[in-house]
Amino acid sequence: MTAALEVTGLSKAFGGLPAANGISLNVEAGERRLIIGPNGAGKTTLFNLITGDLRPDAGSIRLFGEEVSRLPTHRRTQHGMARTYQIITLFARDTLLHNIVLSLLGRSRTRWDAFRPLERHRELFDRARAALERVGLEPLAQRPISEVSYGDKRRVEIAMALAQEPRLLLLDEPLAGLSREERVTVKKLLDTIPRETTVVMIEHDMDTALDMAERITLLHYGTVIVEGTRSEVVADPKTREVYLGH
Amino acid sequence: MRSARWIVALVLVALPQFAGEFYVNLISQIFIAAIFASSLNLLVGYAGLTSLGHASYLGVSAYLSAWLYLKLGIGHWLSAPIALAVTTVMAGFFGWIALRASGLGFLMITLALSQVLWGLAYRWSAVTNGDNGLSGLTRPQPFGLSLDSASAFYYFTLIVVAVAIGMMAKFIGSPFGAALKGTRDQPRRMSALGHDVRRVRWITFVYAGFWGAVSGLLYIYYHKYIHPTSLSLTNSAEALLGVIAGGSGTLVGPIIGAAIVVLLKNYVSAYVERWNMLLGFVFVAIVLFMPDGLVPGVRRLWARVTGRRKPTDAASNS
Repeated sequence: MTAALEVTGLSKAFGGLPAANGISLNVEAGERRLIIGPNGAGKTTLFNLITGDLRPDAGSIRLFGEEVSRLPTHRRTQHGMARTYQIITLFARDTLLHNIVLSLLGRSRTRWDAFRPLERHRELFDRARAALERVGLEPLAQRPISEVSYGDKRRVEIAMALAQEPRLLLLDEPLAGLSREERVTVKKLLDTIPRETTVVMIEHDMDTALDMAERITLLHYGTVIVEGTRSEVVADPKTREVYLGH
Repeated sequence: MRSARWIVALVLVALPQFAGEFYVNLISQIFIAAIFASSLNLLVGYAGLTSLGHASYLGVSAYLSAWLYLKLGIGHWLSAPIALAVTTVMAGFFGWIALRASGLGFLMITLALSQVLWGLAYRWSAVTNGDNGLSGLTRPQPFGLSLDSASAFYYFTLIVVAVAIGMMAKFIGSPFGAALKGTRDQPRRMSALGHDVRRVRWITFVYAGFWGAVSGLLYIYYHKYIHPTSLSLTNSAEALLGVIAGGSGTLVGPIIGAAIVVLLKNYVSAYVERWNMLLGFVFVAIVLFMPDGLVPGVRRLWARVTGRRKPTDAASNS
């Protein structure tokens, strides 16, 4: 079986400062992978390299066996990749429903239709409503993003990604800035992601993230220091060194 | 709202029956400027790409139509589609170059390209007749109907402007238009969602160029004369001024803005030599009191006057 994501020797430097320094990792299809590491370890850089927001200096990225490291972002998305952002990146003036519709359009030929009114595409709106229902936000469908709470925005981020039914989902700190109750809600939501979707997640909140992850990769200074199952990584002395310090 | 639209339509259709020739011609000019500004608004307001070179499309299609008629003796029924096609292809090429950048870079490239054309129009006298411009042109006669009278030309322009604004409104209201606005607000997010931001912008650029070319044809039919100023920075800037003053990213805004520019130009220039200065004052005043333009500004005022019943109206209208 081919891996969902295969990263080999991935490097990226910003002005001589390496943010990713030969990162290699393999994520099997259906796996839940957690990526941890201290601030500045290169976690988000790794995500940006995988999605194509950044161009790597060296290395290769394979999505389901296909080399994508030279493809622009939107082409990689067409291979079934979706992501959420650490810093919320939504269409603030538009409604929740419209945000999801834009996500659905991204994977539909309908996006090139420059003639028929958007509202006439009923099927898009039905699917968008279903996606909002899934995260429990259907009652707020017609509200503009700017009027809903931070926790709801986080859920819209996830709903936008899930609406595309991705094969590979990259979650960049999906729990960041959430209250305890909100975290429980989002955690439950993440648990409902079907096994057809491979999940790679960056998260600092270990309590919630640890019991979801099957395998964990620890990054430090742009390199993979430890990789293995939950208990292996937790038990590894290098993990303690990086996290508990000197 | 609906009845207001019907009243406007009715007034426009009946206008030549009660207005004098001067006014009929004035409104025709506003129509032409409205198509021009609205096409620029596709870029400025909906794609978030500020262009200072939109006169290129108006000027080139007008020059082409004139040149084809004068030098090759080609009739309007053929020269019009040729001018539109060539100008649109040129927009495709210009867009391909300019869209390597966005923001200020995009603005400078569009400006540079249009300045090249302006320089050509001045210097390439063999084709453009330089500073003297090209004259001795005629208006087309669709279905044998002469457009030489002010009211006949007015109705012709009215039909074209209705079709043009209608088509642009359709474009904006479509799924493609939704994606376009998305690339304006969050280009990076749109790429991550699978949208080809560069191609969406390019298609819009070409579409805007096409409608700019249409306004160029009307321009040359109206004036029956063309001069390099039609390709000048001033011409691009006036349209941009109209778009911003009226309200970029709204359908009605650029039409109102274009009307203001044309009215000031025609009225004030009769009394004051430096009418450009007054245009500047008016523009500064609008931007000071209504930073996002007249149409959104008046809408907000109206909402405040009639009570705050629908606060989300402005958001859903964009």
